[in-house]
Amino acid sequence: MEALTSLIGGFGVLADPMNIVYMFVGITLGVLIGVLPGLGGANGVAILLPLTFSMTPVSAIIMLSSIYWGALFGGAITSILFNIPGEPWSVATTFDGHPMAQKGKAGEALTGAFTGSFIGAFFAVLLITFLAPVIAKFALQFGPAEFFAVYLLTFCAFVGMGREPAAKVIAAMMLGFALAAVGIDTVTGQLRMTFGSVELLRGFDFLVAVIGLFGVGEILLTMEEGLAFKGKSAAINLKVVVNTWKQLPKYWVGCLRSAIVGCWMGVTPGGATPASFMSYGLAKKFSKNGRNFGKGELEGVVMPEVAAHAAGTSALLPMLTLGIPGSPTAAVLLGGLLIWGLQPGPLLFVEQKDFVWGLIASIYLGNIAGLIVVLTTVPIFAAILRIPFSVIAPIILVICAVGAYTVHNAGLDIAVMLVFGVIGYLFKKLQYPLAPLVLALVLGDMAESSFRQAMLVSQGHLSIFWSNPLVGSIVTLALVMLIWPLVSMVLARFKAHGSKPAAAE
Amino acid sequence: MHSAIARTIRRGAAALAVAAAFSPLAAHAWEPTKTVEFIVPAGTGGGADQMARMIQGIVQKNNLMTQPLVVINKSGGAGAEGFLDVKGSNRNPHKIIISLSNLFTTPLATGVPFSWKDMTPVSMLALDEFVLWVNAKAPYDDVKGYLAALKAASGDQVFKMGGTGSKQEDQIITAAIEQKTGAKFIYVPYKGGGDVAAQLVGGHVTSSVNNPIEAVSQWRAGELKPLCVFDNQRLPYKEPIASGKSWADIPTCKEAGLDIEYLMLRGIFMPPGASKDQTDYFVDLFKRVRATPEWQEFMQKGAFNTTALTGPEYAAWLAKAEGTHKDLMEKAGFVAK
Amino acid sequence: MNSETGHSGQNEKTVTNRTMDVVVALIFMGVSALVMSDSWRVGASWAADGPQAGYFPFYVGLIMFIASAVTLVQNFVTRHPDLGNFVDRTQLVSVMQVLVPTVAYVGLIFILGIYLASAVFIAFFMWWLGKYSPARIIPVAVGVPLALFVMFEIWFLVPLPKGPLETALGY
Repeated sequence: MEALTSLIGGFGVLADPMNIVYMFVGITLGVLIGVLPGLGGANGVAILLPLTFSMTPVSAIIMLSSIYWGALFGGAITSILFNIPGEPWSVATTFDGHPMAQKGKAGEALTGAFTGSFIGAFFAVLLITFLAPVIAKFALQFGPAEFFAVYLLTFCAFVGMGREPAAKVIAAMMLGFALAAVGIDTVTGQLRMTFGSVELLRGFDFLVAVIGLFGVGEILLTMEEGLAFKGKSAAINLKVVVNTWKQLPKYWVGCLRSAIVGCWMGVTPGGATPASFMSYGLAKKFSKNGRNFGKGELEGVVMPEVAAHAAGTSALLPMLTLGIPGSPTAAVLLGGLLIWGLQPGPLLFVEQKDFVWGLIASIYLGNIAGLIVVLTTVPIFAAILRIPFSVIAPIILVICAVGAYTVHNAGLDIAVMLVFGVIGYLFKKLQYPLAPLVLALVLGDMAESSFRQAMLVSQGHLSIFWSNPLVGSIVTLALVMLIWPLVSMVLARFKAHGSKPAAAE
Repeated sequence: MHSAIARTIRRGAAALAVAAAFSPLAAHAWEPTKTVEFIVPAGTGGGADQMARMIQGIVQKNNLMTQPLVVINKSGGAGAEGFLDVKGSNRNPHKIIISLSNLFTTPLATGVPFSWKDMTPVSMLALDEFVLWVNAKAPYDDVKGYLAALKAASGDQVFKMGGTGSKQEDQIITAAIEQKTGAKFIYVPYKGGGDVAAQLVGGHVTSSVNNPIEAVSQWRAGELKPLCVFDNQRLPYKEPIASGKSWADIPTCKEAGLDIEYLMLRGIFMPPGASKDQTDYFVDLFKRVRATPEWQEFMQKGAFNTTALTGPEYAAWLAKAEGTHKDLMEKAGFVAK
Repeated sequence: MNSETGHSGQNEKTVTNRTMDVVVALIFMGVSALVMSDSWRVGASWAADGPQAGYFPFYVGLIMFIASAVTLVQNFVTRHPDLGNFVDRTQLVSVMQVLVPTVAYVGLIFILGIYLASAVFIAFFMWWLGKYSPARIIPVAVGVPLALFVMFEIWFLVPLPKGPLETALGY
């Protein structure tokens, strides 16, 4: 097999001990960047890019991509411990990760998240190794209509009948869409809902909102229930890791599904964030324990992480083969390639064998190294929960403030975050769900612009969404997903005929 | 400073850069006393961002500054956020900004009040070229064939022009072609130049006006072909890129029968109220950046127009460019009421 | 989680869940009106080449308005209005104990810069709510901002908001 010999060559490139050192440095920095909300993989890579100037391209990409792997791993940590998503793609991890931590299962949740990340990455890198050219062709099929279909599918997969009143679910989701529309409209260049304010030109960033809604909101809710974090009794030894691993094999179907979703979204630039939401939504719909999702199911932690990491990893594929970035981090890495004097694109695999296969080999090693690094830190992180609330709470709030600021280097974002914190608290108490709001905020913009691009292409004809088998089947699948909960609800009603309607929680 | 120099000069430039690194820095009347912020009025990963980080790397590697240079993205409102930040930082010499065409287009298209006159011009670094690209499978090989097909197209076949952003450089060029030929395009705005090139390869749009660096890899791979360059003279880079053709072989649009010229500014500005000594420091800094071999290579890879102006010539160029943009955008109806 | 009315005595009463629900629904409706009016301004119809810039936001606003109106009406016509206590007085006090200092902290960031404000905030919080001794407070209150400073300003070269102290020190 040609790919296999090339891969072995790639491992040869890695044999240089300096490259291994760079890898560990990158991963450690990446985990740190992932932990700090606001600083994302893209920032981390961009900040360190100039440093790599004096390295060989192979060493440089190994270090920078390792930062990326580290950030992918690290994003889950604060999501689980404090309900603060360190990265956009770990929002879905908070849904079950934080309830697990509150139940004293922080160790299990962290292990599940890290292992899930690793599984996702491994699946994606296998794909890159053996199917790169085929996949690249597939990515080219995606025009505006197809992109919109993907966003629609994400939506329909995620949205289901929750426990909250329907009117409130809808209101919250619409609020998310409205917030996403603030700022400049990419299709016409008009300003929307800025009301003449310079600060509003930026729009509302998803991360700022999420740090407030989840992080600050959670602290307020915790205060209400007394000065303590729940889950202090978390077991903090490595035995937890082994015990969690024993539970994982039974989720193999879900893992496979999430990995496929992740790879797909990574290759056709949908990104890790939609991938994690879609995968969580699918798992909730199809799992036997779906009803318990949101209350601390291990499966609900593993699935979004598998998808996020698979998407993050496979996002490198269109970058290398087509020169289009599959994620913001990939966009910065792409700039790096140019700075190091490499030309990304279809010929890179032919002309720069050492570089490409060195990079691919480093994905294998980097993720194994990453898994080892983060797993050994599980006890340390779980122990953070034992720090008294009156010490850790102000530190968390400081980190939230720093995170909100660094997203756009904007002081006002700190105040915006605080407002979202209060909104998060009120919503939680009044049974407005946060997840649809957040999903609408992150996807609203992209979905709208791809829809309108498609409309420009078709000159206003909706038939473009059924104009070829690819887009047609995605849209149809999405609509089926949307109706699915209604169908199953009707079926359930028939079955449960006579019994009392579900009592309030 | 005309630029085909690439290799011959590169060695000399390398020696120069080394000399610059080891010799004591030339005495300046003013030097930064703290970290200098380098504002990019665009997101991470775009052309301006790449150039800024490239400069940051060159400065760091060759020890061109005693204080750190830090890149900060302020992309809100099509870059308005970054320019307004600089405009509001009166007399702060520790802040510089790299511009792209949005310096001219954003205030016109959105009505957000700023202009180059609100800042202190430092130096033009280069001009970015625009090339008319079509899919390699397109039935025409030159501008004449393209224009004929464009005019003949109707209904479903109307040409779709993919571009970056709305009412910015790509759409301005598209509107200029419409005005010259009387034909109509459907302009489809995307987020970044890389996306546009990929959409063109995938056949979702008919043509694009990508910058060279955004589409060169697809050209080399035989997926796209260039028709003409929107400059008044051919590009000087003679190194073959794809099937024996080099950048220098692409005709200018004017000689090919489409009389349109458009170049995008890559220039540096300081906040208003900067003193002569302060601007002199940065003028000199960027002169040294441009002399490094890394910069030369970057210019060649991206097929940049390496015109670099400072002082009154730079200001004159800016005034002229502002007028051209105003004119083009008014004609196209892109100006906010 | 919401109506923990079991142990709330007369003096624990603040507002009912229904009142809060109505207030929030009204705020929602206000926001919707704002969204709709601005979208109308930029154009909210379906032009020949697809929806205009305000098309989606307008209908988003409209749906939000209707949904909130439903919530509002439900609160009045239901036979079992949720008259439970929204938040107990003691709970409200604890929430305010965090919220008020945090608001002050965010205000301080704009005056003192983030590092000094963080030190003050952490110290105050530990002293006020944790009743720690200065020997415990000072290492944390100084150490955390210092670590952030090293990490952001020196290591990652990301400038955070700074105030007079940092300027005096040459940053």
